[in-house]
Amino acid sequence: MAAPLLEVSDLRVHFETEDGLVKAVDGISYTVDRGETLGIVGESGSGKSVSSLTVMGLTRARNAKISGTVRFDGRDLLAASDDDLRQVRGNEIAMIFQDPLSSLHPFYKVGDQIVEAIRSHKDVSKAQAYDRAVEMLGLVGIPEPRNRAGAYPHEFSGGMRQRAMIAMALANDPKLLIADEPTTALDVTVQAQILELIERLQSEFDTAVVVITHDLGVVAEMADEIAVMYAGRIVEEGAADTIFNAPEHPYTWGLLSSIPRMDAPRGDELVPIQGRPPSLIHLPGGCSFHPRCPYVRDAHRRIDPELQPVDGDPRHEVACLLSSGTRRKLWAELEAGVKPADARRDVIEEGAA
Amino acid sequence: MTTNGEAVLEVRDLVKHFPIRQGLLQRQVGAVQAVDGVSFDVLRGETLGIVGESGCGKSTTARLILRLMDPTSGSVKFEGEEIATVKGARLKELRRGMQMIFQDPYSSLNPRKTVGTIISEPFAIHGLATGEGERKRTVQDLMDRVGLNPEHYNRYPHEFSGGQRQRIGVARALALKPKVIVADEPVSALDVSIQAQILNLLRELQNEMGITLIFIAHDLSVVRHMCDRIAVMYLGKVVELATNEQLYAHPRMPYTGALMSAVPVPQPRLAASKKRQILAGDVPSPANPPPACRFHTRCWKAEEICRQQDPPLEPKEGGNVAACHFPLTDAEVLERVPTAKAS
Amino acid sequence: MAAYIVRRLAWVIVLLFVITLITFTIFTVLPAADPAALRAGRQPSPELIESIRQQFGLDDPKPIQFLRYIQDILPFDNDGVNFGFSVQSNTEVLPQILDRLPATIFLTAGAVVLWLCIAIPIGTISAVRTGSLLDRVTMGLALIAISAPVYFLGLVALFLFDEDIGRFPLLPGSGAYQDAQGFFGKAGALIMPWCVLAAAFAAIYARFLRGNLIDTMQEDYIRTARAKGLPERTVILRHGVRAAITPIVTLLGLDIGILLGGAILTETVFNIQGIGRFAYDAIVRFDLPVIQGTVLFGAFFIVMMSLFVDILYAFIDPRVRY
Repeated sequence: MAAPLLEVSDLRVHFETEDGLVKAVDGISYTVDRGETLGIVGESGSGKSVSSLTVMGLTRARNAKISGTVRFDGRDLLAASDDDLRQVRGNEIAMIFQDPLSSLHPFYKVGDQIVEAIRSHKDVSKAQAYDRAVEMLGLVGIPEPRNRAGAYPHEFSGGMRQRAMIAMALANDPKLLIADEPTTALDVTVQAQILELIERLQSEFDTAVVVITHDLGVVAEMADEIAVMYAGRIVEEGAADTIFNAPEHPYTWGLLSSIPRMDAPRGDELVPIQGRPPSLIHLPGGCSFHPRCPYVRDAHRRIDPELQPVDGDPRHEVACLLSSGTRRKLWAELEAGVKPADARRDVIEEGAA
Repeated sequence: MTTNGEAVLEVRDLVKHFPIRQGLLQRQVGAVQAVDGVSFDVLRGETLGIVGESGCGKSTTARLILRLMDPTSGSVKFEGEEIATVKGARLKELRRGMQMIFQDPYSSLNPRKTVGTIISEPFAIHGLATGEGERKRTVQDLMDRVGLNPEHYNRYPHEFSGGQRQRIGVARALALKPKVIVADEPVSALDVSIQAQILNLLRELQNEMGITLIFIAHDLSVVRHMCDRIAVMYLGKVVELATNEQLYAHPRMPYTGALMSAVPVPQPRLAASKKRQILAGDVPSPANPPPACRFHTRCWKAEEICRQQDPPLEPKEGGNVAACHFPLTDAEVLERVPTAKAS
Repeated sequence: MAAYIVRRLAWVIVLLFVITLITFTIFTVLPAADPAALRAGRQPSPELIESIRQQFGLDDPKPIQFLRYIQDILPFDNDGVNFGFSVQSNTEVLPQILDRLPATIFLTAGAVVLWLCIAIPIGTISAVRTGSLLDRVTMGLALIAISAPVYFLGLVALFLFDEDIGRFPLLPGSGAYQDAQGFFGKAGALIMPWCVLAAAFAAIYARFLRGNLIDTMQEDYIRTARAKGLPERTVILRHGVRAAITPIVTLLGLDIGILLGGAILTETVFNIQGIGRFAYDAIVRFDLPVIQGTVLFGAFFIVMMSLFVDILYAFIDPRVRY
């Protein structure tokens, strides 16, 4: 099997602020293979965006302490100089963001902004770059691309703008595309168009994609592998099907139980996760999820779990102190409709910490 | 939901056009037809969902119902009384019966006022609860009711999280024990795990206090969970109106079908199996809506008649009321909407 | 756009009319000195004062005086546009103003160029290196420059650098402008006034740009520019400053309009015969036609610059459409 395209190992990103040390990302590791899609799921404060911005080198600042390794195509990006990173950004790794209206410069024409992206990495004439920009706009499904290239961002509709951003990101044929909440600001029907577009382009150009989102539906549709983040750590990762059908972390269970679903009977109650996401400055001791976990035991308040493979499936890793056997029983109960609070005590007691 | 079938709100032919002016004398050259002839009833005690994408007019409709804006024409009757034309003191009295919860918990609370002041403002405006300390006690009761710590009476909004701020908004809406609450996308700006808390809270309060809830959203999954009946809007018109069971089992309007098809389902196996119905193009501008059936420009079932005759809103197979010449058949629904179960 | 301009111009006329009316009312209704007496010189006889009053129609009812003034402004009568006659010198007001206009324009133009050349680089660097020594020092100096009144700075400048009387005789000083010849001669005479006038403005603009640019650099499109792999310099200048500078255009337009109406303090300290100085002299002598004339000119410049800037905005910011 070929080496992974992107290999992140023990990445930590800490920011020194007036209020204290913010541990935005606190030791995460994952890999992305060529042509594959990784979905990173998390809520606000989980560190999902910061980790990807760090891969691109966009979090380097005086108050940022970054450690770990990020190997992209054999090179360590964290150790690279600013100039070297600049060569990679927008060229081999590209990123698209949530709000295409505020993410495009309001004063420059869309075509010119794409040309800028091209010419900062490739030695071509303005005319050649412009042709390429028009080609890309056509590729992403914008009608009359040559015309539209001369328009300003505010003259596009929301969906068209996001397509233009995708065109700009893919103009230099990157090996990896990072999409940070690419559809959150869009209408549902437009969302579907954009997701379908990304999938189509991905298979055409064999681009690896990292989708960052809080929307479990989006990762279900797009991702091959999923990593669930909480409080700066990855708490569970595995194949998409596994995460949705045999998850083994209480946070993942909580997420799945608390979202309203169109395919669920109406009477089903939503089971919210109690409490609030923790402060990244004052993380809870031990397992960072323990204050909100319905299955918490004493030891969990002291011991910090590490990502461990699950029995029988090395690709599936979970950071939880409960034993695999216990977790599977609990999940079976949840699926049968038992509320977490009623979970049989003996099931928990059974598994040693 | 407990409803006795009585209509607490009757909306008839509601229209709101925003004029577009141009030229030297600022003459009106056209209009943004935000709401273009909307009619529905809201039954006492029910939760009515109004769903649609941006530009469909759902937020404008909400504001027209509450008389936060004056309609261009049409009528809104609250408990039999016409509110589109009422004025002055009577309007103020009527407002006590209808309240709103807003979408953005960060901008809908005045950052300079304490939570206590914010929640007690409705009492102050209507001259209620004037007894010694009565107001403060009532407010603290409300805070407790919505899951906030009453001791935080004197704190400022920025000291609370998004979910808590939304609870403050709910408390404020409940203060005057209104009969109708309009919730405009109340959970869209919140994290997933907090959304469930607020939705559960709304359901609980509604059951306890018998409030009629009008729930405006773009998220079909949330609407599935919360609402008894649902109205789907497109470009200023109601295109489908059905009960929850009817709508999700067999949507009749192709637009509704496309909406449901587009919603990403959190189940990889389902996602892989369905034939997704992707609509081409963007929503047309409300300043220049297509003639006759407004959806015909993007509808895969459209034929000549759709371009010429505006389909009336009438009952279709299964009970859904829809405005369509070629409603979806059960087979078509199953193909495109993996979450529908044949009735 | 054309319709917008026409509507704005209509408003300009209304505005100027109202301003003239207000000025007239202030100076005729408020109790003050008698311009005829001031003109008549020392120990005037009552007959002399009376004859002066007759000559200038100062005893006519106020509305008549006002109408007569309007006539003098509009080119609809035999006299042509003359803006009335100065009570002090009995010469037409308009030519006197036009005579002094070049000095004011030169003073303003030079100061504007100078303060923009100082403010833009300093504002940009301060914003990019917030909190650095350079940032703190320049912002501190800026605070001093803003706080010190123009006439104070002017007098200090003369004290230090005036050729004739200064500690470090370097530059032509007060009154030199009149005697100077040719473009470069006059420019040389204006160096100190330019610096003094520009000081406070440069400070304000630098601070303003700094604040604006700091905010702009937080915008999402800056993050996109970096994500595209652009060099930081391009990101700051082409994406950041380009966006941050647009409010400065509005500010600049208004400031130019105000200065063209007469930088009274600077012109007085350095004895430059510009419109400001002219207005000051007229106020002291209660010469109403001159006051009216300079006020009208000042108002006209401000209003026209404001319109010009608004139109310019439509070219700078593509989101703005009239």
